[in-house]
Amino acid sequence: MKLSQLEPGESGVIKEFTDLEMSVKLMEMGCLPGESVKVQRFAPLGDPIAITVSGYQLSLRKREASTIILH
Amino acid sequence: MSSELKIALVGNPNTGKSTLFNVLTGLNQKIGNFPGVTVDKKLGSCKLSDERTVQVIDLPGTYSLYPKSKDESIVFEVLADRNNSAHPDLVVIVADASNLKRNLLLYTQVADLKIPVIIALNMMDVARKTGTTINVDALASKLGVRIVPIAARQSENVQALKEAISNASRLALQEDTIEVEALAPGLIGKIREELQVDAPYVALQIAHQHENLTFLTAAQSGRVEELEREFSFHSAKSQAAETIARYNYINDVLFDTVETTNDARQEPVSNRIDKVLTHRFWGFIIFFGILFLIFQSIFAWSEYPMGLIEDLFVWLASAVQAVLPEGILADLLVDGVIAGLSGVLVFIPQIAILFAFISVLEDTGYMARVTFMMDKLMRKVGLNGKSVVPMIGGLACAVPSIMSARNIENWKDRMITIMVTPLVSCSARLPVYTLLISLVVPDTRVWGVINMQGLAMMSMYVLSIVSAILVAWVMKGLIRARDRGYFIMELPVYRFPRWSNVGLTMYEKVKAFVFQAGKVIIAVSIVLWVLASYGPPGKIEAAQQKYDTPEYSQKFSPEEIGRMKSSQKLENSYAGVLGHAIEPAIRPLGYDWKIGIALITSFAAREVFVGTMATIYSVDADDSNMDSVRDKMNNARDTETGRPVFSLATSFSLMLFYAFAMQCISTIAIVYRETKSWKWPAIQFGYMTVMAYVAGLIAYQLLK
Repeated sequence: MKLSQLEPGESGVIKEFTDLEMSVKLMEMGCLPGESVKVQRFAPLGDPIAITVSGYQLSLRKREASTIILH
Repeated sequence: MSSELKIALVGNPNTGKSTLFNVLTGLNQKIGNFPGVTVDKKLGSCKLSDERTVQVIDLPGTYSLYPKSKDESIVFEVLADRNNSAHPDLVVIVADASNLKRNLLLYTQVADLKIPVIIALNMMDVARKTGTTINVDALASKLGVRIVPIAARQSENVQALKEAISNASRLALQEDTIEVEALAPGLIGKIREELQVDAPYVALQIAHQHENLTFLTAAQSGRVEELEREFSFHSAKSQAAETIARYNYINDVLFDTVETTNDARQEPVSNRIDKVLTHRFWGFIIFFGILFLIFQSIFAWSEYPMGLIEDLFVWLASAVQAVLPEGILADLLVDGVIAGLSGVLVFIPQIAILFAFISVLEDTGYMARVTFMMDKLMRKVGLNGKSVVPMIGGLACAVPSIMSARNIENWKDRMITIMVTPLVSCSARLPVYTLLISLVVPDTRVWGVINMQGLAMMSMYVLSIVSAILVAWVMKGLIRARDRGYFIMELPVYRFPRWSNVGLTMYEKVKAFVFQAGKVIIAVSIVLWVLASYGPPGKIEAAQQKYDTPEYSQKFSPEEIGRMKSSQKLENSYAGVLGHAIEPAIRPLGYDWKIGIALITSFAAREVFVGTMATIYSVDADDSNMDSVRDKMNNARDTETGRPVFSLATSFSLMLFYAFAMQCISTIAIVYRETKSWKWPAIQFGYMTVMAYVAGLIAYQLLK
């Protein structure tokens, strides 16, 4: 299951990443394997999305969210 | 003083770092440049309790020492290079207590550079509200650093922080965090040895970043590259391993020092606000509503102070004329300097209001939501959600906005943003629009509320943004991408704006405008006055001679003759000659040679147009008549047809010309600095001039 497949309000736990370079950027922002993430909302035009991770809100595009695999 | 202690503020964005900087330094700040790069260097001085003064540097906010944008790259440059003039003796890490884990990542990196460091733990109140309890003493002893909890917004505990700064050791006493050497065995040792670097982590960072570090020579960088191949170093893999190791360390440290109680937390206020402000439908309505409100206020609120400034200059001009004997000096001061300055300084209220709004939007966290909402739309035309910030900033001034485009990580997105930002109507066009609109658009209201002049002004702004988007879309197809873009951005919690911050921003921007623009304007005004007062030898006298003949003195009153003489003088001066020279090219746009003079002089900066108009019409007009520029231009008549020079057609043609033309030396210079080539500013100047000419031509031909 990818993070990009979640609907607003749904949550999951990060398992791994499919893209090494993107994973470095995501991990620096607190998206680490084992962290739980919750999709808060989609932008008005459906992309990007806003998620809650380690206590704060992060926005990222669906394409980036699709590199995050959930448990 | 070389012995003066230097401290640097380092921290994640949105941690209150800049607020702390303002609290520490107050009005003792200045903005400079880091040598060799064009990153703003915010410097200030601060008095400690023991009467010592320290120099404070506010480094750009970043999540990590691995830079994702040009601005962020300066942080490692300054911290790693002991010969850098900004290299601090002590780093103050500003950390957000409510988001400690992510904030400590940067701390562990800086700590491993082996620079003396202390932590200012900000936003303890927010942490408490979200159910986080931090055992500060235990955390401090685990990390081996001094931690001072502060509340920068309320200026709480800043005294304690100052004491910690003055008592801080000059040695780096913090505990090691992770086993750095294990991340690139062998390579780190080699780099330390050959480049004579002390800290292993500095060596590792050099391995990652050597291609972009200005303190390395090309030979050193080449050598690092060789070593990397020898030890088969993989940058991204090593970085991923490092980040995981750092978070493991942080989790260990936080395990028994931070407690989080998740007791039935109600939904955060920020979330509830977001539901409205980023709503599918209301989100955009509110955004455009805010923009509309800004432009209406710029007009409504600035009317009174602008009137005051105008009156002041009229008073000043008559005072100078009363005091000084009639002659060249009085003429130069009144018609040159005062006329030129007043035409521009009168716009201070509008610029202050615009900057106040922009700073409120950024301070509250709303700007990040605008970025979030606009990303998909902006991506369609080749831009990025983050392009919204430079483009909205472009409403104030293209120069800082083009610099702020550095936050855009992707090269192509950044280039397109730089190329189109000068199309967005900046505050320098505001004087031009205001003047021309007040000449041809009636000051009436529609449906009792909407001011016609405000509406005309807003249309100019909407047009500028639409044109920027269209040009971006064209460029999207023309520029080839180097790498894919991405958009990973923190959405900060909504906060009330800090009025002192807003006030400080307004003060800084107005000061910069007055001093930078003021210098150019005084210089241009003087040159212009000379050009308008003197001409090719004998030409002015020859043209004026006929008015002294009895034929004229019988027919006209002395005042009328004086007026005709000064008009002849201007027409035959150097300025008149120049204006006449370009007249054939600008006639189709509806401009006469006087406007031609203004086009030439305002090439350096658009706002000079108004000053030039003021100077030209002052020289032209009777000296005893101290009308404002607007009245003089209103009364201007075409010498051939007798119709008003500033007709609807000409005024709109001029406004469109100024909307599109790249008349700003500073922007050209900044685009050159940012793109490091003359190609981009040349293309930009070219396409904008063509657009300006064509738009002016079409407007005049349709409306005349």
